[in-house]
Amino acid sequence: MASKAIVSGVFDTQVGSLPESTCMSLHTEATLGALADAGLKLSDIDGLLTAYSFASPQLMLGGVLAEYLGFRPKVNASICMGGMTGGLLVRHAESLVRSGLCRHVLCVTGDNRLTGMGEKVQAALADVGHAQYEQPYGMSVPAAFAMAAQVYFHEGWLNGDHLAAVAVNQRANAALHPQAHMKKPITMDDVRKSKVIASPLRMLDCCPVSDGGAAVIVSASETGRDLPKRAVELLATGEGHTHEHIFAAPSLIDFGCRESVAEALGRAGLTHADVDSAHIYDCFTSTLLIQLESMGFYERGAAGPAALAGEFAIGGRFPLNSNGGLLSYGSSGPAGGMFHVVEAVRQLRGECGPRQVKGAEVALAHTLGGIFSGHCSILLGRA
Amino acid sequence: MAETQAKPVPVPDGISRTYWEGANLGEFRYQRCGACGKAQFYARNACVHCHATDLQWHKAAGGGRIASCSVIHRAPIASFAGDTPYVLALVDLDEGLRFMCNVLRCDPAQVRIGMAVRVCFESRPGSAQQIPQVEPA
Repeated sequence: MASKAIVSGVFDTQVGSLPESTCMSLHTEATLGALADAGLKLSDIDGLLTAYSFASPQLMLGGVLAEYLGFRPKVNASICMGGMTGGLLVRHAESLVRSGLCRHVLCVTGDNRLTGMGEKVQAALADVGHAQYEQPYGMSVPAAFAMAAQVYFHEGWLNGDHLAAVAVNQRANAALHPQAHMKKPITMDDVRKSKVIASPLRMLDCCPVSDGGAAVIVSASETGRDLPKRAVELLATGEGHTHEHIFAAPSLIDFGCRESVAEALGRAGLTHADVDSAHIYDCFTSTLLIQLESMGFYERGAAGPAALAGEFAIGGRFPLNSNGGLLSYGSSGPAGGMFHVVEAVRQLRGECGPRQVKGAEVALAHTLGGIFSGHCSILLGRA
Repeated sequence: MAETQAKPVPVPDGISRTYWEGANLGEFRYQRCGACGKAQFYARNACVHCHATDLQWHKAAGGGRIASCSVIHRAPIASFAGDTPYVLALVDLDEGLRFMCNVLRCDPAQVRIGMAVRVCFESRPGSAQQIPQVEPA
């Protein structure tokens, strides 16, 4: 019979400008932190799952990391699916553990793309556009995401105040996290008056670029008896894919997050109303609100007013991105989504101090890759 | 002397060559499936709808509407910085295709979802390749 999977250890490094860091040093710091959190040694780990790096591209990142750590894993794979990769590593770790192939799988991500790339990072991000059918038109990543936001604006489902409310809430949450990249308080006016990047998105609607790393260890539940921390169960995961390039998206309103969340909730035997603490990929303020509606947490046109009404605050009706999210905690490539998984686990353990969501028993972490292209949902529960 | 970086120019491949050669002749070419009859953008060697390989090239009439658009104020690469603000759009052609382009020859602030446009072609310095674009109809 398939084993249950738990999250035995998590760690996220300092994020922001870390000029002395390298891709491998961030992976190492996150690995050692998660091992200490789980009370495990590297020799206990039999599976290693990694993502990718822009600052230090590698053909075999997992091989490079294993060598750097002097480590010979039984299973080693690197997955490269953009911002959804953090979630995907956890989903594949779940399969490895449930199948019995591994007992402890280390999922680790990190990149020093802020100090390691400087100005080059925006061009590298824009490189995700199709070489023949997008890049010749000067497509930026914010403009690609703006295509869906403009439809929501046009239909009257979202407006600039809704977006600003998301940015302000998440900055306030980040101020409660000792490691967050962006902690300086901002007002609605600061967001509304920040310069336009790609209409309707302004500077403060966009996540920053950060250096940082994060690791999550997924273990077979029977190994969890001696855990130093409260065990968190990996209840179920889901995935959804609709397109790669935004011009090929079958809809500019609904995306693969709908199927992804439905799969995870269905497998866990839960409903939307059971989610106490949500940690949803937020590369732009609009991205978050659009997903909330597409996922079914809010009716069409209701997510923006909910943001304005304060429903996403830590004490609100639907606490969202308590660490500040990509928008304010930080965005370090594939680690951006992994920060959401780490915070979800900490909420369920009750470790979040001033950010703690009271009575959090079920948490959702959700990662997105491409331009709303691929989605991965991770449902976690108090064991 | 400052080096001027050129805008990215598409490099046609064995599958897309007919599309890009059409652009150089002022034609917006697209594929329609001989089995299911549906149109597709971009060119492939199998139908995206039914996976039949009996694909025929057609010429679009050039009319369409803006499905969505964004005015870019911060260019992703230096070669587009001089164009800001410029419009990036998704356009639905009447034949049932959606493609990405810029909206030329109009005030960026006037571009709206649903606006009628027609295909035009842009020449770029240093390249013989014509780029499919749209302008207000």
